[in-house]
Amino acid sequence: MSWVSKTLSSTLGQKLLMALTGLFLILFLVVHLAGNLQLLFPDGGESFNKYAATMASNPFIRVVSIGNFAFILLHVIYSIILTRRNKQSRPVAYAVSKASTNSVWASRNMGILGTIILIFLIVHLKGFYYEIKFGSVPMTSYEGVEFKDVYAIVANAYGNILYVAFYVLSMGFLAFHLSHGFASAFQTLGLNHVKYSPLIKKVGLGFSILIPALFALIPLVMFFQN
Amino acid sequence: MNLTLKIWRQKNNADKGDFKEYKISDISKDMSFLEMLDVLNENLSEKGEDPVHFDHDCREGICGMCSLYIDGKPHGPQQTTTCQLHMRSFSDGDVITIEPWRAKPFPVMKDLVVDRSAFDRIIQAGGYVSVNTGGVPDANEIPIPKSIADLAMDAAQCIGCGACVAACKNASAMLFTSAKVSQLALLPQGQVERKIRAEKMVAQMDAEGFGACTNTGACEAECPKGISITNIARMNREYFSAVVSSDTL
Repeated sequence: MSWVSKTLSSTLGQKLLMALTGLFLILFLVVHLAGNLQLLFPDGGESFNKYAATMASNPFIRVVSIGNFAFILLHVIYSIILTRRNKQSRPVAYAVSKASTNSVWASRNMGILGTIILIFLIVHLKGFYYEIKFGSVPMTSYEGVEFKDVYAIVANAYGNILYVAFYVLSMGFLAFHLSHGFASAFQTLGLNHVKYSPLIKKVGLGFSILIPALFALIPLVMFFQN
Repeated sequence: MNLTLKIWRQKNNADKGDFKEYKISDISKDMSFLEMLDVLNENLSEKGEDPVHFDHDCREGICGMCSLYIDGKPHGPQQTTTCQLHMRSFSDGDVITIEPWRAKPFPVMKDLVVDRSAFDRIIQAGGYVSVNTGGVPDANEIPIPKSIADLAMDAAQCIGCGACVAACKNASAMLFTSAKVSQLALLPQGQVERKIRAEKMVAQMDAEGFGACTNTGACEAECPKGISITNIARMNREYFSAVVSSDTL
């Protein structure tokens, strides 16, 4: 076995992959949110549609998007490998366990939270990514140039109260996942320092509240605008 | 104090095992938890029953031999070893559940006794310094800053009791292994074998079947010696830098 595969089959190597892919996905959330907030511009979706067209045609963005899918897949695959190993490490469970006295709930349930986020992601990609790329999209034109009216698809979806509720709820689960995942990734990378770790924890907590809250705000606002 | 004890009884490693309930009365608040179990065992012996087997040695909180998962927490409700836990931490009429450490690499040998030699094998894989020590070195021959010496001593406080493994939802031995990696990686004497040590000890930890780390911090919260998870971060750094820079393929 080469040293690379040996490292990646060790628990520390696998955790390293979880941390690195997780941090990339955290960065992706920021970029994705920045783009999506244009849905709230009061211009009937013009800036969002132009932005969507740029994202779909820019070759750099397309490469990053392939990487993004690959990292999501790696994050999921290695979480399954690690969770299986972790379960096997304790074949007989305790009859009485007071885990809540020594750790927070989110940290013990990252797998469950991740699974819910994955289900959300599948519904989300089916509803938007797949529809926009392969479905029939209405067209609109600005200054004589034709654009896919992605805004109309989003506005239509967010007219459905059940869909909006599902989105808001999913963002709640994402918040809990991030509340542990953000700081945990730094610890796994070995970045634990008396000067920076308290800051990382605070930023992580702030991030885990702010980003999902803003994501959840978009469908809510668009629902009540309709 | 009068108590009800629900204790895990298991004849041997192959036995399935089950909880058995015992009533015990007239327990002093000043007794240690192990002394309370001694009283129970005397009662059982007098009745001709098999006493409850549990590990113990120094009873001073420094050897790491005692264990026991008491009422859902390793070493019970206080952050100390079971031998230093006193009955004043409980109330009259309490029902106390006592279980052995639960982890695949810690097989139950009898009742509450588990085999922790997996820890010994992790140490044997690299938790040492192989130099001819010769005579006693002069004081301050090797200058070590106080702050570094303190960190190394903090890590060296680990008594290898296994509470970290017992507390961890993944039965992970990261806190133990990281303390043993850290205490040597921090000191000048540990530099020669620094890389190979990190690689070998982590490999042995994995081979024993311990789980991975989810950074829940449960180990740190339950460790009777207050070993910090900053050691786990240090072990990760040691390991990652070792695998990319050591000359072992």
